[in-house]
Amino acid sequence: MKAIRFGRAAAVLSIAALALTACGSDNATGGSAGGSTTPAGSGVSGTLSGVGASSQDSAMQAWIAGFGKKESGATVQYSPDGSGAGRKALLAGGAQFAGSDAHLSDEEFTAAKEVCGPNGAVDVPVYVSPIAIAFNLKGVKEINMDADTIAKVFRGEITKWNDEAIAKQNEGATLPDTAITVVHRADESGTTENFTEYLHAVAPKVWTEEADQAWPSSLSGENAQGTSGVVSTTTKTDGAITYADASAIGDLGTVKVKVGDKYVAHSAEAAAKAVDQATPVEGRDNGDVSLNLKRDTTEAGAYPVVLVSYHIYCTSYKDQATADLVKAFGSYVISEDGQKAAQDAAGSAPISDSLREKAQSAIDSIKVAS
Amino acid sequence: MSNTLTEGGAKGRAGDKVFSGLTLFAGCLILVVLFAVAAFLILQAMPTFAADPAKITGGEGFWVYIWPIVIGTLIAAVIALLIATPVGIGVALFISHFAPRKMAQGLGYVVDLLAAIPSVVYGAWGIAVLAPALVPVYGWLAENAGWIPIFQGPASQTGKTMLTAGIVLSVMILPIITSLSREIFLQTPKLHEEAALAMGATRWEMIRMAVFPFARAGVISAVMLGLGRALGETMAVALVLSSGALIPSLIKSGNQTIAAEIALNFPEAFGLRLSELIAAGLILFVITLAVNMIARWIISRHKEFSGAN
Amino acid sequence: MPQLTTTSPAPVKRNSLTKNQLPGWANWAVLAGSLILGAALSTLIGFNVIAWALISAALFVIAGYFVTLSVEGGRKAKDRFVTNIIVAAFIVALLPLVSVIWTVLAKGIPGLSMGFLTTSMNGMTGAVDNASVQNGTEVLGGAYHAIVGTVLITLWATIISVPIGLLAAVYLVEYSKGGALSRAITFFVDVMTGIPSIVAGLFAAAFFGLMFGPGTRTGFIAAVALTVLMIPVVIRSTEEMLKIVPNELREAAYALGVRKWRTIIKVVVPTAISGIASGVTLAIARVIGETAPILVTAGFVNSINWNVFSGWMATLPTFIYRQLMNPTSPTNVDPSAQRAWAAALILIVFVMLLNLIARLIARIFAPKTGR
Repeated sequence: MKAIRFGRAAAVLSIAALALTACGSDNATGGSAGGSTTPAGSGVSGTLSGVGASSQDSAMQAWIAGFGKKESGATVQYSPDGSGAGRKALLAGGAQFAGSDAHLSDEEFTAAKEVCGPNGAVDVPVYVSPIAIAFNLKGVKEINMDADTIAKVFRGEITKWNDEAIAKQNEGATLPDTAITVVHRADESGTTENFTEYLHAVAPKVWTEEADQAWPSSLSGENAQGTSGVVSTTTKTDGAITYADASAIGDLGTVKVKVGDKYVAHSAEAAAKAVDQATPVEGRDNGDVSLNLKRDTTEAGAYPVVLVSYHIYCTSYKDQATADLVKAFGSYVISEDGQKAAQDAAGSAPISDSLREKAQSAIDSIKVAS
Repeated sequence: MSNTLTEGGAKGRAGDKVFSGLTLFAGCLILVVLFAVAAFLILQAMPTFAADPAKITGGEGFWVYIWPIVIGTLIAAVIALLIATPVGIGVALFISHFAPRKMAQGLGYVVDLLAAIPSVVYGAWGIAVLAPALVPVYGWLAENAGWIPIFQGPASQTGKTMLTAGIVLSVMILPIITSLSREIFLQTPKLHEEAALAMGATRWEMIRMAVFPFARAGVISAVMLGLGRALGETMAVALVLSSGALIPSLIKSGNQTIAAEIALNFPEAFGLRLSELIAAGLILFVITLAVNMIARWIISRHKEFSGAN
Repeated sequence: MPQLTTTSPAPVKRNSLTKNQLPGWANWAVLAGSLILGAALSTLIGFNVIAWALISAALFVIAGYFVTLSVEGGRKAKDRFVTNIIVAAFIVALLPLVSVIWTVLAKGIPGLSMGFLTTSMNGMTGAVDNASVQNGTEVLGGAYHAIVGTVLITLWATIISVPIGLLAAVYLVEYSKGGALSRAITFFVDVMTGIPSIVAGLFAAAFFGLMFGPGTRTGFIAAVALTVLMIPVVIRSTEEMLKIVPNELREAAYALGVRKWRTIIKVVVPTAISGIASGVTLAIARVIGETAPILVTAGFVNSINWNVFSGWMATLPTFIYRQLMNPTSPTNVDPSAQRAWAAALILIVFVMLLNLIARLIARIFAPKTGR
């Protein structure tokens, strides 16, 4: 009796195991498998490993899928451990490329010459992402604020939504007497760094802290982990305000930021316009495309609260196959196809044509170590 | 049966030697691994202790940086233990001595299962279900018990507080404490129990006089295992707690634990910051060590109840 | 002992066996009374179900004590009191646990489908998710690769850590005579329980990084990291279980002339096997849900990998974590949340099966007991 019961359980288990083993499929989308529909493949092959920003994860999945379709012999794997981890892995030789929300610092740029050959590593912008200042207030979808007001709100110096400072920039709007709950990122992130850089550059008197990946510890406020964390916390809390990638904010209301003497809403075009104002980072002579964003731009229609995400490649790799693979992948990412794929999947804004030219020449400079 | 057990001679002696050798090897291997881990930690943490205090996060040296987080870690663990220990032992007793036999088996099964829910899920449950449910409770506490420092208002509007994190932790370690305690309660010699009952003891007196003395050391072990998990838990706290500076109030956002601090900041950490975080891990290591030493000391005082003395 | 004769101050004519005993319905009567009174009291402070339940429970425990005290005496009253408290503890513990399980079931079941179980996330992009939300079609993509990763990595971790843990525990309980080495091992095993999981991951990554070059990530490295976390749990629970094996059993075996190692294998371990199996299951359960150490040792992939010795791997917890924290499509997070909860459900079912197997093993090997 007992034996039969055991036998039956074992049979069920083994059948389940067999079923799982047999039916596994890597073809989740139900489309035709990569190889048969790819006339354009240039024949590169191998596996490329990247480590980097988790914010790039969504776009990266689109690139990996798109690149896999184009080049059937090549696979790309990406571990979204974080920008810092990515740059660290690249500099330690643990990854072939890094995805990062910030370009290499001068110190890292110098350090890269040890692992990446005499020319070091290049930063290549891969997309632009407007950072929305999003809030949850019943019946209010848009609020105008200048940088000083935004800084004061996020410092907790303005505590009510109907504060004089906000009200006078929003004539005609009915603002409730709700307390403002500031929600910021608990983890260190490129989003925080870009947001605080904007605040420090445009409202230096109010926001005295230097830009940093970590939220200033002297400021109190609610926090949550990751973009999805701050967005869901804000969505659940009446009167909350946060900053997050514009693609992720869902139904939250957003702040129109004062640029020049107009208030500008976030959009892909406005973000691209702000990036066009950027100047290259000095002292990089190897084709590197790092950008210094001009946060205090007064250009009409530009939205300066943006984040530029980079891929960081070595300028030389140890064998031809790897170098070809990196170049093929890098070129695909910045190509119109690649940018379109990221836009559809991740809601990011594509890089401009002029930026693409510079990025392409940086990628073309990648070669085999001699 | 008896001849398979008693077959002796040279083969048995060799078996004895091989077997005891194997067990000794396993024991030593553990020491080696642990020393490797400790060496790794100390080596990686070194730069922090050697560094200029102004360069450490917060700008005032490592100890100023780590102190509030250590306290926060202890607060979270204490809350978790205060809730989980009595409840866990109660549940274990219920399953082992109070519930009907058939029901007890099923319950034991369910509890074991709960130990397996990944911490990410507990964290997700904490923010999705528990934290919003506690917001009105915190509001009430801040209003009516605000004069007690730990309930000082204004209460958090999101419910993502230290108390919530502590409760989530207690829910996480409850199955561990219950599962092990139950096994130990069940091992109480049946004769002791029956002797106590035969003397006219009530069920509670029987448990107090026969079960508890027998199980004390094991239960403390179980609680320590639970504590280990509460101290080292990362993802659940990182998800649930809205961290900040050290504050006495448990119903406002604030406080931080070491493990969550590491998990949150590790991905973007570089150079000295990384070393700082590993040093924080080292501190956590030391805390666990101290806690375990205390537990061992308590258990050693009750050694006479162990079966294999 | 003069008071023996005066214990029943008001002798009532009743059967001598049931004298001074509450009738069976008394408990229910007290419960009903507490519920009614609790409802009345809770309306005073603004009625809600939780307050009602809490007040009624408190009333029930207190009233039960005094009612029993007045009829059956102090010892019985204490017994009743403790019984009620323990049942209350059980119910209190059940609430959050049921809530967790309910949440996982309610959010996970919609995502479970044959497709989810048998496909990976390979080729899945945010665009696919956006399309499925807009067109209201089925959510594509699955957790097959993560299931494979979880099974393989946990299997390897178990294969390494259970023998080591078991043998070390046997050494501690049966062979060491309280010497310095055994004290050192016991002590450092305790310390090992305090290793934060991420540190274990970093250690394994650094160790294998030295051997195979930096940045090497495979499933096997993850298994080693999990081993570091698993061993102390295995040793501690096994040690406790071996300790409570009665000495009489060992002595009986020795008296029959049985060798020590055979005594251990044939008598001591089988007696404790149920507890050991439970402890091992607990250890597996602890590591199977680990996220952080897997991410730094095995990386994260969206395609299937059967080889633990080469290539990156995903496991269910990392899959859940990634889907929750970095949704495939940032603009439409619902498909990702659905996949995450479904994966959590799979993980729980998985552990349930493990538990079942551990129990079967325990039942097959355990000797007959008095229970």
